[in-house]
Amino acid sequence: MFRIIAAVIGRDLKLAMRRQADIVSALFFFIIVVSLFPLGIGPEPELLRKLAPGVLWVAALLATMLSLPRMFADDHRDGTLEQLALAPHPLGLVVTGKVIAHWLVSGLPLALIAPVLGIQFDLSTDALLMLTGAILIGTPALSGIGAIGAALTLGLRGGGVLLSLLVLPLYIPVLIFGAGAVDATVAGLGGEGHLSLLAALTFASLGFAPWASAAALKIALE
Amino acid sequence: MKDRFNLYRFASPATFYPFAGALIPYFVAVSILFGLAGLWLGMLVAPTDFQQGEGYRIIFIHVPASWMSMFIYLVMAGWAAIGLAFNTRLSGMMAQALAPTGALMAFLSLLTGALWGKPMWGAWWVWDARLTSELILLFLYIGYMALTAAIDDARRADKAGGLLLLVGVVNIPIIYFSVKWWNTLHQGSSVNLAKSSMATTMLWGMLLMAMCFWMYSIAIALMRVRTIMLERERHTDWVKAELLGKAGDEK
Repeated sequence: MFRIIAAVIGRDLKLAMRRQADIVSALFFFIIVVSLFPLGIGPEPELLRKLAPGVLWVAALLATMLSLPRMFADDHRDGTLEQLALAPHPLGLVVTGKVIAHWLVSGLPLALIAPVLGIQFDLSTDALLMLTGAILIGTPALSGIGAIGAALTLGLRGGGVLLSLLVLPLYIPVLIFGAGAVDATVAGLGGEGHLSLLAALTFASLGFAPWASAAALKIALE
Repeated sequence: MKDRFNLYRFASPATFYPFAGALIPYFVAVSILFGLAGLWLGMLVAPTDFQQGEGYRIIFIHVPASWMSMFIYLVMAGWAAIGLAFNTRLSGMMAQALAPTGALMAFLSLLTGALWGKPMWGAWWVWDARLTSELILLFLYIGYMALTAAIDDARRADKAGGLLLLVGVVNIPIIYFSVKWWNTLHQGSSVNLAKSSMATTMLWGMLLMAMCFWMYSIAIALMRVRTIMLERERHTDWVKAELLGKAGDEK
């Protein structure tokens, strides 16, 4: 069971490494969106500190969304997806591998760069740590839920816009608890409760979303 | 229908089409009756609220619309589950026929809420947990309709839409509670919707209006499902006969 997951992760990572521009452009999208907010709002540190968690999280949601359409599209185009669906392993496990690979490529870099951007927003060390932790724990849920949307919109015209329409409402709980964790730390309340809920969302979506995506892929491949 | 009543008979569009057509007038009539009774009770009989004056009477539209918006999503998800489990054609059509009505109800609920909120709370919009989750429900309806509209193959549209509905219905409680907690964490509850007590006539007026909206939704969904059936089954003999028959009537 773990062999197939590991094999899919390895393959997707290798493909992603051959196209590093995609990873880097999503990362720079995140950085640019976050940097635009101070320009739009003004440089007052008080205000920026208050806005930072929300801004960083919304930008993270959008940056993760950016790479979602490619999760299945390339494999669908060259027929790999059909071969994977025909393989003796459950398609859900294959999708689990793809979700993990997507997170490693899109979510993990965001978590690593987020503290640097947090410094721009004058966040304290505690808040920076919490921000990194929250993004680290929360983004796998985004990849999981996003996989359902990517599978449902596979091969449709205007798939990218449609995907955001389907997926963003479902991202709301992650946004709330992710930004809430940092907010609570800034307010001195401690964000552990939010982190626990975030972890619950992540585990639930990693457990269930791949199977829903697999069902959606089967519909798309009919 | 001389033989034993068989529910499965109506799973086929060819038999459901005339059945739905026969049912529509009754649902319309019942809806109008309930609506007149509800409006009479709500607008004329129910006492003036001692805090909110006459303005509260928008509740007779607002609450039924909110109830229906949530209920219709559940019904759609139910149809989606039936459609995915038994692979019936009618289920997907019913879900698609219900979606615009559900979105309308969610929109009406938001609109009347804003109109009610302005004089009562002094703001068109507050980020109250209920308002926010109703807005998200509207987004979910729009997402469903956009997805089914983007897929040309009707069977795939039904199945993909059905899956989205099921995912949505699992997420609704999660979204609702997260929004609720977010709300209580971010701001003190400045808005309290809970009323101390409600006059019996108000409650009855609201229930009657809810029945009116319910019957209206069924009637309009049946009308819409009939058009969807004609469109999808246009290659079949019964649709051709149906359309020819109509053209014959008009001559």
